[in-house]
Amino acid sequence: MTVAVIALNTFKEAVRDRILYLLLFFAATSILFSRVLALLTVGDRMKIIKDVGLASISLFGALMAILIGTGLVYKEIEKRTIFTLLSKPIRRSEFLLGKYFGLVLTLAVMLACMGVIFLALVFLQTGAVELKLLEAIYFIFIELILLTAVALLFSCFSTPILSSLFSLAFYVIGHFSWSLETLIKKVHPGLGKTLLRGLAAVLPDLETFNIKTEVVHNLPLPASLLLTATAYGLVYAAFVLTLAVLVFRRRDFV
Amino acid sequence: MSTILSIDGLRKTFSTGFIPRRQEILKGISVSVAAGEIFGYLGPNGAGKTTTIKCVLGLIFPDAGRIELCGRTHLDPRSKTQVGFLPENPYFYDYLTAREFLDFYGHLFGIGPDERRSRAGKLLKLVDMERAADLPLRKFSRGMLQRIGLAQALINEPSLVILDEPLGGLDPLGRKDIRDVILRLREEGKTVFLSSHILQDIEMICDRVAILVGGRILSQGRLTDLISEKILFTEIVVSGVGEKDLAAHGEPLSAQAGRTLLKVYEEARIQAVLDLVRDRKGKVHSLLPRTQTLEDLFVDMVRPQ
Repeated sequence: MTVAVIALNTFKEAVRDRILYLLLFFAATSILFSRVLALLTVGDRMKIIKDVGLASISLFGALMAILIGTGLVYKEIEKRTIFTLLSKPIRRSEFLLGKYFGLVLTLAVMLACMGVIFLALVFLQTGAVELKLLEAIYFIFIELILLTAVALLFSCFSTPILSSLFSLAFYVIGHFSWSLETLIKKVHPGLGKTLLRGLAAVLPDLETFNIKTEVVHNLPLPASLLLTATAYGLVYAAFVLTLAVLVFRRRDFV
Repeated sequence: MSTILSIDGLRKTFSTGFIPRRQEILKGISVSVAAGEIFGYLGPNGAGKTTTIKCVLGLIFPDAGRIELCGRTHLDPRSKTQVGFLPENPYFYDYLTAREFLDFYGHLFGIGPDERRSRAGKLLKLVDMERAADLPLRKFSRGMLQRIGLAQALINEPSLVILDEPLGGLDPLGRKDIRDVILRLREEGKTVFLSSHILQDIEMICDRVAILVGGRILSQGRLTDLISEKILFTEIVVSGVGEKDLAAHGEPLSAQAGRTLLKVYEEARIQAVLDLVRDRKGKVHSLLPRTQTLEDLFVDMVRPQ
């Protein structure tokens, strides 16, 4: 109940923040720009539109999660609004979860807006509503659920600029960590290989949520992927949120 | 009377700076606030008033000591259902309107929508902010924020209201309004714990006070017990008599426009001064016996530290 009240207020805060609309504007421009890029391309124009469109949704969704998420808790402390809030009968974990779900709700609405623009553009080109594209957007949403948790964790103990850099690093590392597997294959067995395996296990693998190629080329998706990717994203997010709660639980608000 | 807030042996140390230096802010504070009274928590800047309040509300964790709030340990969220809090220099969600702001806090207490609406309406009237009910808080002045902050502290109809410097930054009229609200709260049977360094205001409304200096409570008790009602000296303003002649009876403080302010310590000398003025055909403009004020007590206690 308390979590829902704080989440709704966080949603209100986010949708009254200009940065959200600025990002939405650029996202829409970027999605529509894919039509111009398609004109300059030889070959399958629809592939370019879908590819660039989905990449724009993914990138701008991540930017929204990071830029708003990293300021969520920090701003409350900096502006001292947290004093009044935590003097009410709420637990610190409820406060954090409320902030988290508020932003997740905001991102869901924003993804829906970007999705509608994207599907409309595709519809104008092909004359068909391609619902398969929604699968790719769903995967992006799961990725954003995880990324928001990471941004919130950093926001609990760091300034927005540093938190943004940390979260961005998490995003970039997460999308390239699959190349560690290639490295592991090439390294001789020994301490180095064990260490690399450990690193590969700890680092996030955000490529799990990238099914753009399959969707764009209309390739079949393994049935289990939806389930495993959802479980991976949610469990990882829950782990990060638990860390955030632990960091936040004993903090002094001076 | 039952105790609504009890603090026992509270200690808190902060580490500050790049190379952490430990600084003890609270050095064993013990305070007890009875239900239904207005309790003044006084001290100079940096004495530890806000730190104490933050410990009570669970915003910071003390190193040692016990705090009981409304019969429960202070970290139990249920203890806070009976508490209202107005922070110093209130900062609130500036994207909300005053009405939305009160509604949000009411919602956190689990109050139903109709009741929230009715309470918000009453509170906006109480703090005289009805005209600004639908303005976003970012357009509010300092005094308006203080008023809406007080309304927020009362949304759950608390038994204990904790106010950190509630009169700071207000004009005289605003101070009077807030004082009136505080007195009204006492009439309604609520307890008010307020920290301040504006002593005149405290003196007017508080039943009991504690004086905090350098992280220690130096004095605590009923105002009437702490401040002696004995006349300390009498201030007499006279004209038509030379300063030198007056000096024999007291301490001439200032002479302006032919008038001299004389501070007379002994009661017997007052009559002598009046006789002198009559003999010289001078004039007595005012005669004011001064008893000890809270400010005198405060200055006496803070100075040796």
